[in-house]
Amino acid sequence: MSRSDQGIEAIGLRRQFKDIEAVAGIDLRVLPGEIYGFLGPNGAGKSTTVHMLTTLLPPSGGRATVAGFDVAKQGPKVRASIGAALQEAALDPFLTGAEHLRLQASLHGIRGDERKRLIAQLLDRVGLANAGNRKVRTYSGGMKRRLDLALALIHDPSILFLDEPTTGLDPQSRTALWDEVGRLAREEGVTVFLTTQYLEEADVLADRVGIIDHGRIVAEGTPAQLKAQIGKPTVEVVPESPDELDRLRGLLRRFGAETAARPGAFAVQLDGHGALPEVVRALDTENLRAAQINLHEPSLDDVFLAKTGRTLEGAEDEE
Amino acid sequence: MTQQIWLIARRSVVRTFRQPGTWIPPLTFPLMLMAVNSNGLRAATHLPGFPTNSFLAFFLPFSFLQGALFASGIAGVDLARDIDTGFLNRLALTPVRGSALLIGQIGGAVGLGALQACVYLGVGLAFGVHIDTGIAGAFLILLLAVLIATGWGTLGLWLALRTGSSEGVQSQFPLLFFATFISSMNLPRNLIEVTWFRDIATINPVSYMIEGLRSLVITGWDAQALLLGFGFTFALIAVSLTLAGRQLKVRMART
Repeated sequence: MSRSDQGIEAIGLRRQFKDIEAVAGIDLRVLPGEIYGFLGPNGAGKSTTVHMLTTLLPPSGGRATVAGFDVAKQGPKVRASIGAALQEAALDPFLTGAEHLRLQASLHGIRGDERKRLIAQLLDRVGLANAGNRKVRTYSGGMKRRLDLALALIHDPSILFLDEPTTGLDPQSRTALWDEVGRLAREEGVTVFLTTQYLEEADVLADRVGIIDHGRIVAEGTPAQLKAQIGKPTVEVVPESPDELDRLRGLLRRFGAETAARPGAFAVQLDGHGALPEVVRALDTENLRAAQINLHEPSLDDVFLAKTGRTLEGAEDEE
Repeated sequence: MTQQIWLIARRSVVRTFRQPGTWIPPLTFPLMLMAVNSNGLRAATHLPGFPTNSFLAFFLPFSFLQGALFASGIAGVDLARDIDTGFLNRLALTPVRGSALLIGQIGGAVGLGALQACVYLGVGLAFGVHIDTGIAGAFLILLLAVLIATGWGTLGLWLALRTGSSEGVQSQFPLLFFATFISSMNLPRNLIEVTWFRDIATINPVSYMIEGLRSLVITGWDAQALLLGFGFTFALIAVSLTLAGRQLKVRMART
């Protein structure tokens, strides 16, 4: 399977809607075969960025290339190289899954036996082989998303744009879709640009993550790099005796700043992973018996909080 | 391009006919109006100068026009839904040409228009309407009816592309419906006594579309009526296509 050796590159990409600057100068680079997670709350500029990169929306400024083609000047070539499953599965409820694939394949110039073979293969791959002749209005949300993915893949694109592909899906469907996207990148070398508002999705799936807020990228790197750069692990201790909570508080404050904890427990953000054995040793030395010691790894939400001053969930409420 | 038009048109026809709730009422309502008016207004045939003694034959052509108008509503609403659900974006990401998209998208309206024309003509013939221009005239009636459905259907597409919502399309249709009523639908223009009504009916292109069809049913081969009927229909198609084409470029702003 031939794949483009070019990924996605944007320099100062901007999009203005009257007085609103939806995307305010984005620089990013996605390497071929990489899964790039584009994380941010609703209204942050994720979908606008995707619309520009997929040529559906002309940029107001800056430039971007996808598969080596300029999105503003070489739209048809970009479109031939990409597949896209945009926000909410855009399907016709009165057509069957197979009819959708037939229409999409035919519009891409795929005909005859090759089209038949591809349709059967894709329906099978996304687990819709038995539902291909059913009208889409009878599909569940997960089935629609899987059909959407199959439609995006019909012309064998080298780059795949997935705009919030798992929004509204149950955990099982979400995991199935993650598996398929991961497989596409790993086994077939497809470059994936994935927007999401789910931290877990970006964490599990993405090789690298860009965090966008108010139209700007506020952080970029591998999930591990971002967490190491910003987030700190949290240790939460539940004393064996509730009477020891004050003594525990005094002890743990030596290792970091206080953070939210469950009732009856006390937690601090550690300065580094190495501090945990010291915490355990200190508890032992002070003869303070613990019922539970929990170490929480930093999350991308911690990164978002550090970069924007709010949690991702809080940011959603603001939009 | 032809292949693309065919693909889009086939989808439009399939989805239209898979929604009986959207095409059965537009098919039957003009028949009901035809039944009511051809009985209730039968006395009009006694007016001096009324061109026929069958009000059903006189009124039949309006059914084609009304059916076409309903079909255009379906075309508009279907496209508005495609915009709303993102299906238009899905198509925009394929190599489909804008012109193919527009022409193909009215396939449903044209298909429904053709079905309606056959049904109305069949009902008219079954209830004793005599087509003065014979079989050739009947085919010409079907052709003009389908062209009128194409014109109105394209206007529906323009409204959909302009408003981007099915509510927006539906809210405009009473206006179009009103335009069809201020025409020569119920009386020949020369028998309309209210001056302002007659004047509006005279400048209303809908009158000439009805009269073109009507001439084939009750007058015989009338070159002027046919020229005006086909002329205004082609003008409607041209204007609607131009408007819809321009609006498509705004709506589908792909690079």
